[in-house]
Amino acid sequence: MSVSIVGIGMHPFGRHGLTGKEQGVVAVSRALHDAGVTWDQVQFAFGGSDAAGNPDTMVSDLGLTGLSFVNVRNGCATGGSAITLGVQAILAGAGDIGVVVGYDKHPPGAFNARPSEYSLGDWYGESGLMLTTQFFAMKIQRYADHHGISASTLAKVAEKAFANGALNNNAWRRSPLTEQEILASPMVSDPLTKYMWCSPGEGAVALVICRDEVARRLTTKPIRIGAVRLRSRRFGSFEVFSPGLSAERGVSPSVDAARATFEAAGVGPEDMDLAQLQDTEAGAEVMHLAETGFCSDGDQERLVQDGETRIGGRLPVNTDGGCIANGEPIGASGLRQVYENVLQLRGDAGPRQVPGHPRAAFTHVYGAPGISACTVLTR
Amino acid sequence: MTSRPIADGVFTDAPVPRLLAGRCEACEVVTFPRQGGCPRCTRRSVVDHWLPPAGVLWSWTIQRFAPKAPYRGPAEFVPYGVGYVELPGECIVEGRLTTADPDELWIGRPMELTLVVNHVDGDGADVMTYAFAPSGTR
Ligand SMILES: [Zn+2]
Repeated sequence: MSVSIVGIGMHPFGRHGLTGKEQGVVAVSRALHDAGVTWDQVQFAFGGSDAAGNPDTMVSDLGLTGLSFVNVRNGCATGGSAITLGVQAILAGAGDIGVVVGYDKHPPGAFNARPSEYSLGDWYGESGLMLTTQFFAMKIQRYADHHGISASTLAKVAEKAFANGALNNNAWRRSPLTEQEILASPMVSDPLTKYMWCSPGEGAVALVICRDEVARRLTTKPIRIGAVRLRSRRFGSFEVFSPGLSAERGVSPSVDAARATFEAAGVGPEDMDLAQLQDTEAGAEVMHLAETGFCSDGDQERLVQDGETRIGGRLPVNTDGGCIANGEPIGASGLRQVYENVLQLRGDAGPRQVPGHPRAAFTHVYGAPGISACTVLTR
Repeated sequence: MTSRPIADGVFTDAPVPRLLAGRCEACEVVTFPRQGGCPRCTRRSVVDHWLPPAGVLWSWTIQRFAPKAPYRGPAEFVPYGVGYVELPGECIVEGRLTTADPDELWIGRPMELTLVVNHVDGDGADVMTYAFAPSGTR
């Protein structure tokens, strides 16, 4: 048995007057309409939000049908966790049709996590170390030093994100910026300038998933979930909010999640026609290209400089503009990536459609406190 | 003028600044800050272990915007350096740096542990935290 996506819905990302929950209801309604099913046919739901309340409260708007609804809050992999649980529920026989939804609404500015939520002493925050931005900056600082990644390459990643976002009506940032403008913007955390970062934002995404047999009754274009896997950090990984690291270094949970996903799907990175990779900032996209197996360490310099990760390149990456152009509503981000891949595999991505009728696509989310979820979708 | 550490059980200033880590008696892994269990072998046999006060810069950045709470720096924000310093054969420790000048920072640069004032408490006492200062030249 396998699981397919038959409906997708989104509330545009950015800054809006609606609450997170209201945006979630819009996304669910659109996904149901897209699938041609009604809310009372949905047997279970998993809803993710980090900072915008409990998603199960949406049932008061959507209908009090008595379905099984579980709230998910799992750091930056909240959306990835929700779809993981949704797929597992169908594979376990808990239902034939389910909804996976994620939304969020964060205040402007950098995230300010509390040390106690991460089992850290208050001193860690009081002394100015409790910033995700520092981690991402220091990870790419060392990576760039070891593997020869240039400032130009970091800027080109962001330039591509804004160029793709300009082709996406649901994106937050839709104005293209040049490589020079990105390099000349204020340095935020060395080596990353202002326009190389994503910003906390708002948005909502919902998916209707179901058993394959049901999917074939509902649509002629089901998108099959080849595999979805979630992993947390192992000893030796380098993570957000780490006062200390072991001298013995290991791999990131992104490496583990990607490997497990490809293995379960019975395919490899070389079989993917496009990928959505966590781009909290430009360096993250560069490093995640290698961590998820799409290239070797250091090869990104050539891939990016040659335009191979652009739409029309050998491996288009973050075709919807990624986190950099869409912002980061934590609960929704992982599902935004899946939404984009469904559009691309259906051939419905409009001006940003990847040419050549893509057949297989990959998603990867990563974040605090050392968690990653990946999917392989096929048509 | 009185002073106090920003937290107990993280560092000492006597006779010289040192950071308190934990060492697993079973697998020898050193963990900072000190914690009860070993993240490598999962055993609970962790004992106090004082880290050496010098190492080399593993990575770094400059914090150029004022962090939100719970940060308690000076009222007028001053950019500060943050880095990881590898203490050879022990572990890699994150901390404030005493410089915010990128020209003074490079991966591999020798660094030494020191203590700096993080903020001044309501009673006028200096609240101290640890930091790493560059040593040696390029
Ligand atoms: Zn141990």
